[in-house]
Amino acid sequence: MATGTDPRSATAAGVPAQGGVHHPSRATIPARHLRADRWWLAPAVTAAGLFAFIVYSTWRAFANDDYYAAPYVSPFYSPCIAQNCVPMKGGADWHVFGAWWGLSPALLILIFPLGFRLTCYYYRKAYYRGFWASPPACAVAEPHAKYTGETRFPLILQNVHRYFFYFAVIVAGILTYDTALGFRNARGEWGHMGLGTLVFLANIALIWAYTLSCHSCRHIVGGRIRTFSKHPVRYRMWGWVSALNARHMQLAWASLISVAVADFYVYLVASGVFDDPRFF
Amino acid sequence: MSYEAHFKVWRGDADGGSLVDYTVTVNEGEVVLDIIHRLQATEAADLAVRWNCKAGKCGSCSAEINGRPRLMCMTRMSLLDPAEPVVVTPMRAFPVVRDLVTDVSFNYAKAREVPSFVPPAGVGPGEYRMQQEDVGRSQEFRKCIECFLCQDTCHVVRDHEENKPVFAGPRFLMRVAELDMHPLDGAAEAGIDRKRAAQEEHGLGYCNITKCCTEVCPEHIKITDNALIPLKERAVDRKYDPLVWLGSRIRRRA
Amino acid sequence: MSRTAREAWDVVVVGAGGAGLRAAIEARERGMRCAVICKSLFGKAHTVMAEGGIAASMGNVNEGDNWQVHFRDTMRGGKFLNQWRMAELHAREAPDRVWELETWGAVFDRTRDGRISQRNFGGHEYPRLAHVGDRTGLELIRTLQQKIVSLQQEDHRETGDYESRLKVFQECTVTRLLKDGDRVAGVFGYARESGRFFAIEAPSVVLATGGIGKSFKVTSNSWEYTGDGHALALLAGASLINMEFVQFHPTGMVWPPSVKGILVTESVRGDGGVLRNSDGKRFMFDYVPDVFKEKYAESEAEGDRWYQDPDNNRRPPELLPRDEVARAINSEVKAGRGSPHGGVFLDVSTRLPAEDIKRKLPSMHHQFKELADVDITAEPMEVGPTCHYVMGGVDVDPDTAAAVGVPGLFAAGEVAGGMHGSNRLGGNSLSDLLVFGRRAGLYAAEHASSFPGAGRPVVSEADLEAAEAEALRPFGVEDEAAAAAGERRAGEPGETPAGDAAGTPAENPYALHQELQQAMNDLVGIIRKGPEMEEALRRLTELRARSRRAGVEGHRQFNPGWHLALDLRNMLLVSECVARAALERTESRGGHTRDDHPAMDRRWRRLNLVCRLNGDSTEPGADPLLGRVRLERREMPPIRDDLLALFDKEELVKYLTDEELTS
Repeated sequence: MATGTDPRSATAAGVPAQGGVHHPSRATIPARHLRADRWWLAPAVTAAGLFAFIVYSTWRAFANDDYYAAPYVSPFYSPCIAQNCVPMKGGADWHVFGAWWGLSPALLILIFPLGFRLTCYYYRKAYYRGFWASPPACAVAEPHAKYTGETRFPLILQNVHRYFFYFAVIVAGILTYDTALGFRNARGEWGHMGLGTLVFLANIALIWAYTLSCHSCRHIVGGRIRTFSKHPVRYRMWGWVSALNARHMQLAWASLISVAVADFYVYLVASGVFDDPRFF
Repeated sequence: MSYEAHFKVWRGDADGGSLVDYTVTVNEGEVVLDIIHRLQATEAADLAVRWNCKAGKCGSCSAEINGRPRLMCMTRMSLLDPAEPVVVTPMRAFPVVRDLVTDVSFNYAKAREVPSFVPPAGVGPGEYRMQQEDVGRSQEFRKCIECFLCQDTCHVVRDHEENKPVFAGPRFLMRVAELDMHPLDGAAEAGIDRKRAAQEEHGLGYCNITKCCTEVCPEHIKITDNALIPLKERAVDRKYDPLVWLGSRIRRRA
Repeated sequence: MSRTAREAWDVVVVGAGGAGLRAAIEARERGMRCAVICKSLFGKAHTVMAEGGIAASMGNVNEGDNWQVHFRDTMRGGKFLNQWRMAELHAREAPDRVWELETWGAVFDRTRDGRISQRNFGGHEYPRLAHVGDRTGLELIRTLQQKIVSLQQEDHRETGDYESRLKVFQECTVTRLLKDGDRVAGVFGYARESGRFFAIEAPSVVLATGGIGKSFKVTSNSWEYTGDGHALALLAGASLINMEFVQFHPTGMVWPPSVKGILVTESVRGDGGVLRNSDGKRFMFDYVPDVFKEKYAESEAEGDRWYQDPDNNRRPPELLPRDEVARAINSEVKAGRGSPHGGVFLDVSTRLPAEDIKRKLPSMHHQFKELADVDITAEPMEVGPTCHYVMGGVDVDPDTAAAVGVPGLFAAGEVAGGMHGSNRLGGNSLSDLLVFGRRAGLYAAEHASSFPGAGRPVVSEADLEAAEAEALRPFGVEDEAAAAAGERRAGEPGETPAGDAAGTPAENPYALHQELQQAMNDLVGIIRKGPEMEEALRRLTELRARSRRAGVEGHRQFNPGWHLALDLRNMLLVSECVARAALERTESRGGHTRDDHPAMDRRWRRLNLVCRLNGDSTEPGADPLLGRVRLERREMPPIRDDLLALFDKEELVKYLTDEELTS
C-alpha cells in the first residue's frame, strides 16, 4: 500500500544513471539549473577578489623589502622573527630564527593569519563556491562526480580552525602593539600621529572585529555552554560575539582589504613614493 | 491590475516529463500558488501539487521557481518580471511522483535516525524549569516548518544521490543541534553522544558550510551559523581538541 | 472480488492533527497496534495554524487561576450550551496534558522563574495560554510528531521494524467507515499518490479530521477541512450536534485577495493591539453586551492600564469572546466605517515598540511582510471576520469520546461536538485536542482490546466493492459524457454507470466547490436570516444533484480534481447540516447570529439540535438522495450542582430558565 514511503525504481527512465539532478528518479529536466538571475556574479566576484589578494600578498610576502617605515611596520611582517629582519625600534622583531633562514621573514609569520583565514568558516564557503564550484551557487549543479565534503584528508583538517584562532588572537595582539607604536615619530618619541596611524587604527579595529567574530571564538566564549543562565558573564559575551558573528563575511572582506591597504601604505612610504603626512 | 503571464510548469512523472507552457491571468496581490490553483481550476484539473495552509506555516508547497527552491505560497507574483516566463518545477533533489509532487520520504527516514529527546531522569511533568535564554537556541530551530527546501538545495545530496545514505541533511543536523542545546535533554546520561552521532552517523563532515540551506529557509533560520557550525565546533571539542580532551580527563579524575 | 489491499490493526486514527496524534500515542502506549491515516504529509496538519497558545490553568503567571475558573470561562464563552462534563474534564486535565508535552521535548516560552509562560487571551480571566511566540500549533504538532517517532524508535529496537506498532499512512484519504452490523469494522480509502484503494480492518476507529471551513469562501482553513469526519460519522449512522455554531474569527487578513481569510492571531490583541474603524475610533467599547458589562473596561484608560495591572483593572473589550468581536467588526463595516478593503484596522504599531512586536509576534510580522507587504511595526493591519472553526460535531460520550450509537467509533478534536457549546474560546482548541485526543485513544484502545482474536468485526466484500464503485464514480461520469457525445475515450474500468448523468456534460468539481463556498458564505455566514437559509438549502439540493455528475480527467495517480470531486460529498452533507440547524434555531447565541432573531433565548439554552442521516442513505454507493439530513431537538442534561455553584446567581439568571434555577 502506498504511504509515501515506498521505495521507487531508480532505473525507470531512459536517462543514463548519474548522480545529481539527472538521477533517473528525479524530474527529467535537461538543464543543470533553471536559474534566470545572475547567479554566477557572486562566486565570480568572490573568486576575483580572493585571487587579487593572493597575487598581491604573494608579491609582498616574497618581496622581503619596503616593509618598515618608522614608526610603521607592515602587518605582513609583524612579528618579524628571522635574523634578516630590518631593525625596528621597540617593534616586534624577535630574532628567534637563526641566520640560516634566508627567505622573506614574512613567510614565517603569514602562515598563521593565512591558516586562520583558510580554515575560516566564511572563507571556506567563499572558496568552495568561488574556486571549487562546490556548489557554484544554490541549486546550480556542481561539476564534480564525487563529493566527500570535509570528511577526509586534507579537508578534515579544517577542524583545526580554533587553533588558528588562538594564534590569530596573538597576532592581533602584536598588531595592536604595532599600532600603538604608530603614535611615535620616526625617532621613537611618543605622542605623535600621522596618516599611517589612522590607517593602522582602522586596520587593527577590523582585524579584531574579524578575529572576535570568528565562529570558533563564538563557541569558545559561550556557545559550548548548555545553560547560559548559569554563566551570565559568558552569556553576555556570547551575545556580543554573536552580534559580530552575524557580520563575519563583511568583516572578513573589510579586514582583508584593510590589511592589504596597511601593508601597501607602508610600502609606499618605505619605498619613498611619498612621505607619511604627520599631524603632530 | 491583471495581466497575462507565461508559465512553464513541469508536467510528468517518474517515467519522464517536460515543461508545459500555459498562459494564465495574474491579479494584483497573488502568489505563485494562486496561479497554480487557477491552472487546476481552468485548464489542468489533474495538475498535481501539494499545499495546505497557504500562509507559509505548514511547508507543503515547496517547489522550484525559476530554478530557486521556494514555497509557492510565499512567492509573490509582484517579485517576478511579468515579461519573463515563470518556470515552476518540482524539487530536484527528490524522486518525482507526479508534476510538482516529489517523494520526500528521504526526510522521514532521516528523522527516525535521530535519537529523540531524552527526558531528564528524576524530573517529573510540571517540574521542568528552564530560563528563556537557555531555550532560545532550540526554539529558533523549532521554528522549522519542515518544507525540506534546505534538504532540496543542499548540494551534498542534490548533486550526489550516493550521499543520501550517509548524510542527514541540514534539517536533521539542525535537529541534532536543537537537542544538543536543549537545557534538559538527558541523552548524555542515557549514554547517547549526540555530537559523536552528528559526525559519525549523520554525516556532519559532508557539510561544507556553503550556506544554501540558510539562503532558502523560508523561516529565516540561521541554519549554518547557529546550528551546523556550532555543531561542528562541538564535534571538534570531543574529537580534535586535545586541550578539551585533557581537561575532561583531569576533571574526571578529580 | 475487490482489488482493495487489506491490513488489520487494532486502532485506526483518521487524521494526524493534534487530536489524532495524541490519540495514536495513547493507543500505542496502551499496547495496541495503531495506524494513523492523514490526507497530507505527516506533520503538516492544520493544527500548525494555531498561533496563540494552549489554554491550561497552570497558574504560572497568576496564581489565582485553577480549573474551576477555566471551566467558568469556557462555559461563559460557549454561552452555557457546552456539554458541561466535557468542559469540566477539559479544564481539569489540560495542565497535565501541557506538562506532558514538555517531557516529550516541547520548548515553551518561559516565565522568569523558569516555568511555562502564559499569555492573556479573549475570554480567559487570567493569563492562561502556554505558548511559543505565535507558533504554538507548530510546536504542538512537531512535539507529537517527534513523540511518535520516538515510540517508533522504541519499536524498532524491539522488533527491528519502525512501523510494527505505530504506522502513519500519509497522503491517504478515507472515504467510508466500514461496519459489521452496528459495530465499526474499519475504514476504506485511497492513497492520494497512487490512487490505489486500501482497507484497514480495526475494531476501533478514532475520527480526528478537524473541521469544515472549506465549505465557506472566506476561511482560515486549509483544503483538508472538508468535513470528512463529520460526513463519515453521519454516513456510518452516528449523529452530529450543534452544527449551527460556526465560529468566525474576528481577525482574518482581508488584503490581498489571495490571502483573504488567513488568520491574524488573537495574541495581537492579547499583547496590546487595538481595533479601530476608519474614524480612528476604538469601537469595541460600543459593543460590550450586557452579560459581559461588569467584566470589561469602560474607558480606554482603564483598558490600557489592565495590561500592566490586571488585578485592579478590567480588560479592554478587544478581548471579548470571538463571536462578539466578529459581529462588531461586521457592523462597523456595514455602517460604512470600514477600511479600504472592507475590514477594520488592527493596530499594534502605535502600542508597542517595534522590537517587542517582532519578538512577541514574529510570525505575524513575517506573514504581513511577506504576503501583504505591510510592516506591522509601522502601520495597522486590515482585518475582517473569517470562517475559522466549527463548534458542532460528532455527538460523543463526554468521558470516553465514543460516538453515540456506533460502537467502536470515537471522535476527538474539532470533529467532536459539545465541548465548546455555541462558541469556542481561543486557546481552548489546542487543549481540547490533547485532553480528548488522549481520552479517545485510551477508550479506543480499551474497546479494541475487548476483542481478543476471533470475534472481531469483519469487513464484508460487498461493502468494499460498493465503496470502490463510489470512489471511482467521477471517472465514469467523464466517460459517459464522452460516450454520449459519440466519442469513446479510454477510462478506468469497473465503475458503476450513473444513469442520470448520461447525455449531460460532466460538471467541473472546482466550479461546484466555488459555488458551494459562495452560497454558504453569503447565505449561512456570520449574520443569518431565515429566507436566506431556505435559499441556501435549495441551492445545496441543486448542487447535490449536479455533484453527481462531477467528473474528472486523467488517471488516479495524484489527481487533485478527483480528490475534490470525492470531497464534495462531504462538504455538501455537512453544509446541509449547518444550514438546517441554523434555520431551526430561532435565536442568536455564540457562533450563530440570526438577524431575524437577534436575542439570546434562555429556552433554547437547554436544546441541542441533532443531525442524522435520513432513512437508508447510509449504504455506500446507493445514495441518490445523498445528504438527506434529519433534525431532532434534544434536551441537554442538567449541569451538576457543584459546577453550577461556581457561578453567581445573577449571572446564571442570564442563561438559565427560571425552572432550571429553582430545581
